[in-house]
Amino acid sequence: MKKSILVLLSVFLLASIALVGCSSSEESTESSVLDQIKDRGVLNAGINGELPGFSYLDDGDYVGFDVDFAKAVAAAILGDANAVEYSPLTASERFTALQTGAIDLLSRNTTWTTSRDVDLGLNFGGVTFYDGQGMMVRADSDVNTLTDMNGMIIAVETGTTTELNLADQMAKLGVSYQPQTFDNQEAAIAALEAGSVDAFTTDKSGLVSRLSTMADSDQYKILDDTMSKEPLGPVVAGGDDKMADLTRWVLNALIQAEELGITSENVDSFLSSDDPVIQRLLGTDGNLGEQLEVSSDFAYQAIKQVGNYGEIFERHLGEGTVFNLDRGLNDLYTNGGLLYSPPFR
Amino acid sequence: MKNEKSTATPFWRDTRVIPILLQILFVVIVVIVGTFLFTNAMTGLDRLGIKFGFDFLSNTAFFDIGEKEIEYTPKDSYFRAYLVGIVNTIKVGIAGIILASIVGVLVGISRLSNNWLVRKVSTIYVEIFRNTPLLVQIFIWYLAVILQFPKIEEEMNLGPFFISNRGTALPWFDATSGSLLWIIFSIVGLIAAVVIRSRLINKQIETGKITHPGLWSIAVFIGTLLLALLITRSAPFTLDYPSINGRLYEGGYTLTTGFQAMLLALVVYTSTYIAEIVRGGIQAVSKGQVEASKALGLKNSTTMSKVIFPQAIRIIIPPVTSQYLNLIKNSSLAMAVGFPELVYVSQTVLNQTGRAIENITLVILVYLTLSVITSIIMNIFNKKFQLVER
Repeated sequence: MKKSILVLLSVFLLASIALVGCSSSEESTESSVLDQIKDRGVLNAGINGELPGFSYLDDGDYVGFDVDFAKAVAAAILGDANAVEYSPLTASERFTALQTGAIDLLSRNTTWTTSRDVDLGLNFGGVTFYDGQGMMVRADSDVNTLTDMNGMIIAVETGTTTELNLADQMAKLGVSYQPQTFDNQEAAIAALEAGSVDAFTTDKSGLVSRLSTMADSDQYKILDDTMSKEPLGPVVAGGDDKMADLTRWVLNALIQAEELGITSENVDSFLSSDDPVIQRLLGTDGNLGEQLEVSSDFAYQAIKQVGNYGEIFERHLGEGTVFNLDRGLNDLYTNGGLLYSPPFR
Repeated sequence: MKNEKSTATPFWRDTRVIPILLQILFVVIVVIVGTFLFTNAMTGLDRLGIKFGFDFLSNTAFFDIGEKEIEYTPKDSYFRAYLVGIVNTIKVGIAGIILASIVGVLVGISRLSNNWLVRKVSTIYVEIFRNTPLLVQIFIWYLAVILQFPKIEEEMNLGPFFISNRGTALPWFDATSGSLLWIIFSIVGLIAAVVIRSRLINKQIETGKITHPGLWSIAVFIGTLLLALLITRSAPFTLDYPSINGRLYEGGYTLTTGFQAMLLALVVYTSTYIAEIVRGGIQAVSKGQVEASKALGLKNSTTMSKVIFPQAIRIIIPPVTSQYLNLIKNSSLAMAVGFPELVYVSQTVLNQTGRAIENITLVILVYLTLSVITSIIMNIFNKKFQLVER
């Protein structure tokens, strides 16, 4: 009797080991993110969803600067700018969503830092927006620079680089303050409006965007101090270079297009251009699309359906909008900005 | 195995074997599923190039925490940041458990009051706060109550207390050189008082002479305190009064807005459950007990405190333990109002390091430990009260 139990036990154990063996060997033959997107026919993009100008709901559709970049990537891969499934994510959810493969592309005002690039297992696809951290205080307070902020309570968002910069900057200036951290901006703004905290800090673009939605926006001011460099960019999961390469070169294509004067309206007239630089960019010559494993007209599709970098900026953040942001650093290098695309060849 | 028996029952129908086989089957399934999940997670991490391990805990945190009971600066390690979060969780947990128990017992007894108004008010209290989600309550306490307190420039000043929407400042104890001696003496005095009281009560029961146990024990306790005063020649502590410096409180002890909102929400929410348990426990004590007490001529309050409640507490303790555990776990919602407890810290660390599995494992282990400790303490109480039963 005992013998038969032992036999059975060993059979079970062997079977379980075999099963586990199977499951792990299946893992290795997984297709790349790029192939998955093509098979699915839809790009899964993570966005902020609550940041006017960058990504927010307008008449039931997400619109904004970050949304348009996701659309450009979808146009480049699938030829359809609207083949995007958006997931609004909080600052603390975003990286896990990318790591687990719930989203393919994170286009959500995310600062490019060393540890995120290396230690988090992520790949940054360049910089879409050069930002800096700012501070918002009540207009009637006598605070004009950060050094006036001794003994104040400052609201900050959980899990952001702003939380770290605040600690760095204030330590440098020798200003003692009390941080109060919030998981969502709504509660932080409510605390500022009630006077429970003295200031709110986040990226300047975020402050401008937030100010535009506040009822009594003239009661608040944004200090001139810029506390940090915040290069915001799209992010993809690490360990998969194809998707990272594609994201990077879609962004470069949008910048290159602006530099060459190619817009969504006149792009068709450039198809017959004799300029080899334009031919390679738009895919009428060369095999750059093939190298990136997308169709040869990927840049054409992105520019045609979404527009070049300048068009996207002006549409959501520029002069015609409530934000009225200056191009500043986010201008072409030829105009004194930092946008510079490596050559398409 | 004997030969004549081998034909009798095949092993799969043998009731001695089946339970063993089922247990083996269960263990094997658990092992397979567990191993699969583990290898799956590891392959996933491997693909992303992330190494599994807890070394990151010794890295510098670089972020500041607003409310801390132990020393902490952004230069400290993630581990230290975790400790700050754990202490904050324990702080809100202990304060919440004590207050929720007091409020819960009072409301629970009020539910059975003969007074119509008291009964109805406590019923409404229980029904409202038990039947709405805790997170909503936290936001209401924070946004509609705490943030609506006066601004710090026009703070409410109740004696030494300051109330504003920056938090509430209380006077707090400051230790003096004699504080330790005072503590030792008061503990000794307390023990002596309890011992004397129980001896005198026993004597009174045995001999029938009135021995005044209450008076004697108080006298002994006060006596030891006087002795402490003679030896130390100083007050047990000095009071540190808060004041307002600019836009911050200085001195005293400040209850922050996040802590207040969280504590209020936890106490109100949990007390409704405790009230229902208390009511159930009291109602479970047989009616004959009340009638017997009435027949002996006991007052209503004496009946409740000496006859009903000691019997009800035995029924009350086990379900109340679950509520205490719930309260501790519910404190994880404090993130919403910016109170830096364990989950808040782990979320921030998770964001800096991206170590999802490690951080979540840590959080689970800490909550598990806190829950087990609470259960152990409650089980000791339970045992003590169960002994009364004959």
